[in-house]
Amino acid sequence: MASQHGAQPVFNNKVIAWIDHRLPIFSYIEKEYHTFPTPRNFNYFWNFGAIASVMLVLMIATGIVLAMNYQPNADLAFNSVERIMRDVPSGWLIRYMHMTGASFFFAAVYVHIFRGLYYGSYKAPRELLWILGVVILLLMMATAFMGYVLPWGQMSFWGATVITNLFSAIPVVGDSIVTWLWGGFAVDNPTLNRFFALHYLLPFIIVAVVALHVVALHVHGSNNPLGIDPKGPQDTVPFHPYYTMKDGFGLTVFLVVYACFVFFAPNSLGEPVNYVPANPLVTPNEIVPEWYLLPFYAILRSIPDKLLGVLAMFGSIALLFVLPWLDTSRVRSCTFRPIYKWFVFALVINMLILGYCGAHSPDAALDIGIKIPLLVVARLCTAYYFFHFLLLLPILGKIERPLPLPPSIADAVLAKKA
Amino acid sequence: MASSSIPAGDHGDPTRRDFLMVASGALAAVGGIATAWPFINNLNPAADTLALSSIEVNVKAIAVGQAITVKWRGKPVFIRHRTEEEIKEAEAVKLSDLPDPQTDDSRVTDTAHKVRREWLIVVGVCTHLGCVPLGTKQGDPRGEYGGWFCPCHGSQYDTSGRIRKGPAPKNLAVPDYLFSSDTLVKIG
Repeated sequence: MASQHGAQPVFNNKVIAWIDHRLPIFSYIEKEYHTFPTPRNFNYFWNFGAIASVMLVLMIATGIVLAMNYQPNADLAFNSVERIMRDVPSGWLIRYMHMTGASFFFAAVYVHIFRGLYYGSYKAPRELLWILGVVILLLMMATAFMGYVLPWGQMSFWGATVITNLFSAIPVVGDSIVTWLWGGFAVDNPTLNRFFALHYLLPFIIVAVVALHVVALHVHGSNNPLGIDPKGPQDTVPFHPYYTMKDGFGLTVFLVVYACFVFFAPNSLGEPVNYVPANPLVTPNEIVPEWYLLPFYAILRSIPDKLLGVLAMFGSIALLFVLPWLDTSRVRSCTFRPIYKWFVFALVINMLILGYCGAHSPDAALDIGIKIPLLVVARLCTAYYFFHFLLLLPILGKIERPLPLPPSIADAVLAKKA
Repeated sequence: MASSSIPAGDHGDPTRRDFLMVASGALAAVGGIATAWPFINNLNPAADTLALSSIEVNVKAIAVGQAITVKWRGKPVFIRHRTEEEIKEAEAVKLSDLPDPQTDDSRVTDTAHKVRREWLIVVGVCTHLGCVPLGTKQGDPRGEYGGWFCPCHGSQYDTSGRIRKGPAPKNLAVPDYLFSSDTLVKIG
């Protein structure tokens, strides 16, 4: 660990001291999770990293139990999931926790990303921390997509068909790559088998990248709502008990909402057509991904050219990798960026509209007094998305005049109190 | 490279050690690629998957104007018994009007080079993102060009299965097929 805060802890328990002398896990926990100096001004947005980690653990735990009853075979998969739902003890609960858990994991991560965007957590010296986060997001999307294929319902099958066919847009070798991905001439049993293997593997890779993400976080410590660095002990509090308690409280509230969905509306976030067994000869009327992928699906559909559509969709996420260098403003937090602040909210609204477009047929229209075709809406929002990152961020950073920054976190916090 | 105890070549010439480093590094790289190959190749279609690659279909029962869907290599294949009008319509199109120019004749020729204009056989997979286009069953929407209409992203195909409108880049693929008699066709 690069962190140099606090003195070497002394352990009274002889067993702990003996172990720690040989393998310093207890000093590590003490330093990084107990005395770790953390800015004293966190708001509840800072809960979502901890919440996301808990959801990751929950997804792995429920997933391992589900795998014990699931059959990764095209003839058996659908029925094995139904068996989990009807015959396996508590199977229905474990599956609903896993299914709903995916949505809540993404929800937590999206709030976490919004926090990073609004408070400038991606800026120096936290660029790598942010990039690791984008890697986690991509891994999560791949994992969620492959997991969604496993129940082998209609949407599983056709979602897999559409997404794997994205790669056929690659010139020359595209079709060979798709055959290679499928292990056959269509999405079929070999595809299901390998998706199951990878769906089991990727979460552990996510755990590894999360570990790097946390190590990188603990080098310079967390950002905070003011976006200024702590200047001394008056600006920080120890991580435990202050933020273990705050995280615990936020987590509890989050889990209450999650439990409401698990117990009372487990299917409200999914597509009912996935309870129809996969049929390779009939495409459902509309192929719709899960809600957390809808904005990106809308970007894909908004562009009339196949290759460009695929590039725009992947590009929309790839842009996040270079975000730390696209934003030219030296001020981190939007609290002190009077103009950019509103554009962050505009970006959020833009993503919500894109999500709406992704969920509906491109032929449909948005009725706000006058009827605007959704395809037009999706194109405008896609254009705004790229405008925001590629033009607005670099230019606004140069011309915007930020508000004066407070001298220290403690000054700002105490001034607010008084 | 050179530290005080290791003699360097004169004037920075490569030493024996440099040569060994490059040679063993290159060998390790080749070995790494050779080892990676079976893992990559393992994901390609297996022999039993490849073995299922042809089917025979009796088309006697398909009346003029009708079409059927058969399953080949896990994908739908459309076999359409075209009407005179549909054939004329397909032949009348100027190639310059097509995003993926192909003559109608080239799309209704079997592997023995025999042209059978009344039979159109295409893989029923939209070349955009792989949905199954509508238009085979009676009563399905067939789009503006009387062929197929893909409900996913709105691609439209004509009576020769060629792309005319929408995001799909290519015509519906024509599989290899051979009529062994007037009513029996082998696909694949």
